[in-house]
Amino acid sequence: MKKPAKQHAAAAPEGIGKEAASRKIAAAAAEIHADIMRKGKKPSMDFPVRSLSNVKYDVQRGHFEILGKKSTRTLSYHTVKTFAQSMRLLATTKNDLLDRDDIAGKREVYYNSKSWGECRFDAQPESDTLLDDMEAMLGINREQLGYIPEERGGDVCGELVVVDKDPVSGEDVRINCARLGSGAWSIPSRVEHLRFETKAKLVLVVETASLFQRLVHHRYFERANCVLISMSGVPTRACRRFIRRLSDDQKLPVLAFTDGDPYGYCNIYRTLKAGSGQAAHINRFFCVPQAHYLGVTPQDILDYHLEDATHPLEDVDVKRAKDALKNDPFILHHKEWQAVLTQMLKMGVRIEQQAFAKHGLNFVLEVYLPEKLKKGKFLP
Amino acid sequence: MTKRTTAKETAESMAKRQREISVSEFFLKNRHLLGFDNPRKAIMTAVKEAVDNSLDACEEAGILPEVAVELRQVADARFLVLVRDNGPGIVRSQIPKVFAKLLYGSKFHRLRMSRGQQGIGISAAGMYGQLTTGAATLIHSKTQNAPLARRIAVQIDTRSNKPAVLSDEETDWLPAFAPEEEGGEPVVASHGTQVSIEMTAQYVRGRLSVDEYLKQCAIANPHLRLHFRVSLLKKEKGASAAILEEGAWQTYKRATRSLPPAVEAIRPHPHGVELGVLMQMLKDSSARTLKGALEDDFSRVSARMALEICSRAGLNPKTPPARVAHREMEALYAAIQETRLMRPPMDCLSPIGEQQILAGLRKEVPADFYTAVTRSPEVYRGNPFLIEVGLAYAKPGENPDLGAEDSVRVMRLANRVPLLYMGGACAITQALEDVNWKSYGLCQPKGGLPLGPMVLVVHMASVWVPFTSESKEAIAHYPEILKETTMALQEVGRRLSAYLGKRKRLAEAERKRSYIEKYIPHLALGLKDILALSEKQKMEVEAVLTQMLQRSRPES
Repeated sequence: MKKPAKQHAAAAPEGIGKEAASRKIAAAAAEIHADIMRKGKKPSMDFPVRSLSNVKYDVQRGHFEILGKKSTRTLSYHTVKTFAQSMRLLATTKNDLLDRDDIAGKREVYYNSKSWGECRFDAQPESDTLLDDMEAMLGINREQLGYIPEERGGDVCGELVVVDKDPVSGEDVRINCARLGSGAWSIPSRVEHLRFETKAKLVLVVETASLFQRLVHHRYFERANCVLISMSGVPTRACRRFIRRLSDDQKLPVLAFTDGDPYGYCNIYRTLKAGSGQAAHINRFFCVPQAHYLGVTPQDILDYHLEDATHPLEDVDVKRAKDALKNDPFILHHKEWQAVLTQMLKMGVRIEQQAFAKHGLNFVLEVYLPEKLKKGKFLP
Repeated sequence: MTKRTTAKETAESMAKRQREISVSEFFLKNRHLLGFDNPRKAIMTAVKEAVDNSLDACEEAGILPEVAVELRQVADARFLVLVRDNGPGIVRSQIPKVFAKLLYGSKFHRLRMSRGQQGIGISAAGMYGQLTTGAATLIHSKTQNAPLARRIAVQIDTRSNKPAVLSDEETDWLPAFAPEEEGGEPVVASHGTQVSIEMTAQYVRGRLSVDEYLKQCAIANPHLRLHFRVSLLKKEKGASAAILEEGAWQTYKRATRSLPPAVEAIRPHPHGVELGVLMQMLKDSSARTLKGALEDDFSRVSARMALEICSRAGLNPKTPPARVAHREMEALYAAIQETRLMRPPMDCLSPIGEQQILAGLRKEVPADFYTAVTRSPEVYRGNPFLIEVGLAYAKPGENPDLGAEDSVRVMRLANRVPLLYMGGACAITQALEDVNWKSYGLCQPKGGLPLGPMVLVVHMASVWVPFTSESKEAIAHYPEILKETTMALQEVGRRLSAYLGKRKRLAEAERKRSYIEKYIPHLALGLKDILALSEKQKMEVEAVLTQMLQRSRPES
């Protein structure tokens, strides 16, 4: 098995302290104030454009890097409401979260605005968007501003000891992920402080919780000497950051095992490896460039005679695949991936991870995974 | 089938049953032609005919008109209709014929712009009353020169179309009207006429009511002071007989004290005369030659033109007019059509006028925007006419009578007389529906009237208004009339569109202003919280920002 290529050491996203973040907000506000009062011009806010159209695939670093495209929100009749909401959100972030060392969930932000009168958010997507705007404008990810994600970060099981700290006493807490009985350890929303001890050779990241359960149940991590991580769909930022830190820290290769469909390839795996368009401004922290793709590939369908365990591609799958072939900088860079998507479109079918149960419930861990690992041929 | 022999009619036996039908008898059977189809419409028509006569008489005599209309309920479905004016009065000998003989009047035999045309209306009302109640028409009339008024009761002999005088006496009656100011003395005129007719009738308020007719009348005649009172029978619980409850006078005030300018009668224009009429006119002519008849009896025929017509028709200009034979008459008629003649004189028309239409509308229709157009005279079938349009647009919801979602209210006027019935058959309605009101900012269902809180007054003034029937309810669809009406409507439509556009821009500007003012304090509050500004500094930011945004807003 290949050792992971040497990566640029990913700087911790928490390079900036709460005081510094607070000062950055104050500086942004001061600039707006100066625009209004001293220069007599309409204030504006600049945001990097967050979409696949404003990223390039940085081959050296292995992730999507944001390009220079910016959108400017200048105060006008049309923007006055959003502008006012942004300003109040910045004030809340600085005064209530950063300066008081507190945290808030996205939904709490939405409810908190209900005390703003006319300026309140009418629905959570409004506040979510402004939160993303603020993070992009300041260049500080929202976790550092005190915002905690609501979604679960992912589950871990296997040959790994995580050293965490007790949030109250500050004492070290050692979690042996091989001794968790029938359960697993949940990745917390902030992972920068964690330390690792492991003798594992590999991190195996799986898409579905049910397959993860099967691998844990049969203690597959002992057999393969690996760390198992369940993503439950597109990996959260915390999950991506955790895998990145673990892999960087312990020099472990990372392999991804997802459903064999365009969503598994282009959304789940690509986001894990290179980041997303939406989070383009912070991808450099939240990606795992050293990850490789294990399966399920369209070729696996043929190799393992699973033709009768597939489903026809739906319109949305076809559209997603064609769109990726045309617009996704990551796919456009890798000929292998173009071949995979083209082959899948030609076969017209998709396959789920659980399809191996056709040959027996444990075929996946007794035959498929060992064979694939032994062969050592993975997609980039 | 059994054969049955029937006695064959002979010319002689048929002749026994053939006899003259009097005009009165004809209309008695066909009273719907005159607007007396049903009790509800009858009361409106009676009021209308009487008021029209009063106004015509006043204006002809140069008197600023004052008219009182009173409806007094006599029994369940029976009313006494009283109409009183301060007109010149009618000389005693004429009264029976005016009120109890059909087709008797001063207006049929001349081409002059007036409300009445045929001399049918008021006699028909009296006849309807007589038919339904048996009561006579009672007239009070006082002329300026007579020392005392006459009080005459007449009926119409329907067989002979002749009036029958039931009583005729002198009385010291003078027309009295409700006081100018509340609590003041009644206004008493030194001359005037009052007609009272008892008839089967039904009084209902609404679009097709006496109320609506009088209101439109007040708008169309801003120089008229008009009083109206309805007294209904009220039956108390347990009481054996109903008691008449005197209604309160409702007065439509004058918007102007100037009478419409007096209009001249004109001679018929040759292009408007049909063959039969031409024959009759030549037969009756007092001129000695055909050329003279053409010159004297028609308008716009000069000596040169008369000669041109004669030569084109191949006729000797010196022929006595009564001697022109039927075949020659056709040639003459064709020659007249082919000859280019000057348009008829237009000073015979008296429009209400843009200012007066506006005054009338302002007085009776509370609205936000008023405009009026009086078009130049045009000619249909040789008859001069002109079209005027007034428009009043209320802010939606501000005038409870005008719903924003309802069809616009249309007031059709012909020679200042409101037309209430048969709107669907009228050229004015046709023109209204043909105009594309959507391009002026109104909703308009396909092929229908536009919707909106709006009143449209459309007036046709002419020496001869071409009604579709004797009840004078709808104007016939002459292309010239449709075209003029359409153009007048389009003109007010453009003005309405400009007004609506401006109002929309103002509303939008106001909406934007309040939107900006809603959010700027929050923006300033955010800055204050972050930068720990003072309350004063926050206010300054608000002031500067408000100014900044208001200034840069388009179209403010």
